[in-house]
Amino acid sequence: MSARLARAALWITGALVAAWLVAPTLVVIPLGFTDKVSLTFPPTGWSTRWYANFFGDPAWTAALANSVLVGVLVAVVATTLGTAAAFGLSRWTNGRGAAAASVLLLAPMIVPGIILAIGIYAVFLKLGLAGTLAGFVAAHTVLALPFVVVSVTASLRTFDVRLETAAASLGAGRWATFRQVTLPLITPGVVSGALFAFVTSFDEVVVSLFIQSPTLVTLPVQMYSSVTRETDPTLAAAATMILVLTTVLVGGGLTLAARRNRAR
Amino acid sequence: MPVDRPEGAALPAGKGARIDLSGMTKRYGGAAAVDDVTLTVEPGEFMTFLGPSGSGKTTTLNMIAGFTDITSGTLRIDDRPVGDVPAHKRDIGVVFQHYALFPHMTVAQNVAFPLRQRKVPRAERDRLVAAALETVQLPGHASRYPRELSGGQQQRVALARAIVFSPRVLLMDEPLGALDRKLREFLQLEIKRIHREVGSTFVFVTHDQEEALILSDRVAVFNNARIEQVGTARDLYERPATLFVARFLGESTILRGTATPDGSRARLDLDGLAVQASGGVRSGPAALVVRPERLRLEPDRPDAAGTGGNAVPVTVVEEIYLGSARKLEVLLPGGGRGLVREQAGTASDLRVGDRARLCWHPDDCVLLPDDPTTERIFT
Repeated sequence: MSARLARAALWITGALVAAWLVAPTLVVIPLGFTDKVSLTFPPTGWSTRWYANFFGDPAWTAALANSVLVGVLVAVVATTLGTAAAFGLSRWTNGRGAAAASVLLLAPMIVPGIILAIGIYAVFLKLGLAGTLAGFVAAHTVLALPFVVVSVTASLRTFDVRLETAAASLGAGRWATFRQVTLPLITPGVVSGALFAFVTSFDEVVVSLFIQSPTLVTLPVQMYSSVTRETDPTLAAAATMILVLTTVLVGGGLTLAARRNRAR
Repeated sequence: MPVDRPEGAALPAGKGARIDLSGMTKRYGGAAAVDDVTLTVEPGEFMTFLGPSGSGKTTTLNMIAGFTDITSGTLRIDDRPVGDVPAHKRDIGVVFQHYALFPHMTVAQNVAFPLRQRKVPRAERDRLVAAALETVQLPGHASRYPRELSGGQQQRVALARAIVFSPRVLLMDEPLGALDRKLREFLQLEIKRIHREVGSTFVFVTHDQEEALILSDRVAVFNNARIEQVGTARDLYERPATLFVARFLGESTILRGTATPDGSRARLDLDGLAVQASGGVRSGPAALVVRPERLRLEPDRPDAAGTGGNAVPVTVVEEIYLGSARKLEVLLPGGGRGLVREQAGTASDLRVGDRARLCWHPDDCVLLPDDPTTERIFT
């Protein structure tokens, strides 16, 4: 009886916490479908005009295209580097060196974004990277790297290293072994790392605000300037689309990874 | 051995390579895992490394495979030094106790793996994979995944994968260790057949002495990072070189005393008793080893005539009935236990509690330097 009560209490607490976390996010959905010219909640009438406005305004569509391009490039670069780093860390026999390197790799997760942003801005100004595509990709990769390292490291922990010994005995060199044996078996971790990297870049705002240029604005930056200039419900429409896209990507990716893991 | 199978389905029978180990040593920190091992495995031979766990047999195998660096000594395969050749270039097949099949590949893809590394053309590859699966008697499972197979079937796939590229050397590290007894005995015979068919040099590691005797042309007995003796099953059983080998392989009765050379023979003095053994011996503490089937029990009658052989007074303390034979455990004069095997037709009528004389011929025993360290291992 008391166990059932405890379970009920757990469920209720869990539901409350989830509602607390998710509700503010969900509020933007009806905001984007309003027929008024300002952000009003609860909405009094329905319309899709703000979505039409979003896709009709080159400032918004260019920002979306930039964000997708940067996100995809970051996913590729961060996944490659992060997978290599996680693999290296897992084989590093000097425990202390490996621990130090892993703290360094995970630091961007802990260092406050604004500090990172100021540092990156200062360096990028000097290097002429501010406001360039390469600059955006480099800056976002730093932020995305820890997510890839964490998820690939988790995958490598369940990987049986003895399979690599077996592959060597069968004539496969290091690279062939990695390509044909290790990588396929840690794919779930690599894929979820790539998704996290994309999403990290896609909704990054602090660093982007610093290194943006009039010719290169990402979607979150465009949203931020929109909210400071006018309170146009297009903003809510954009927010809704980001919300749906990231939820589908991360949720879908994690389900896929879980299913692949179960199949083994 | 002719086996009925379709034309062209057989793996090409190759010739085994000779493996020369000379002064091979592996140290971890200060401790030697393998200490100065010298051994030649003849082409096409079935050699087994036998020993308790931690005796260095697997480390030696790993050095041959290239998984473990050699601290000192040389390793030659067909007279070519291979100590510095990386594992993937040694062309040696390896079968592991834990199978080590690739879980994301089908059986056929697993077996094709070594051929893909060697850029064997598609058609040839398919033919060899089919032949290898045929050899391990596992056709029709090609498109299954390893997780869908039983342990015994998985080990057959691992075996097929290790022989499909016709390596001249095949190493096996306790390949049957994870299987139950019945399946193990069956696969032992299979491995023997495959050895005959493919003609490679096989090196097999086990801690199971029975398995070693069944499979091998010769056995190398490892103890404490060294090889104690190399020989055929018969050599090891009938002429053990050390007390360790005598005790590790098969059962025996051991009498301890002081040895002195005595003409062409040797004498062993126990408390108040003397027995003889053939062959020379160094003076000093020694252990006399006799196998159970070489011992005979005679009723302890005062009128019994000396047969010219050895005789020791004992008491029967235990009888084990085995159907075709019986084993009697006897209490020796020094306080130790002895073991006598009597065939069913010729058994004595002695019972537990009877006093008897334990007899054997001096040629049927070996006198070895005593080695107190074996007490730690065997008791």
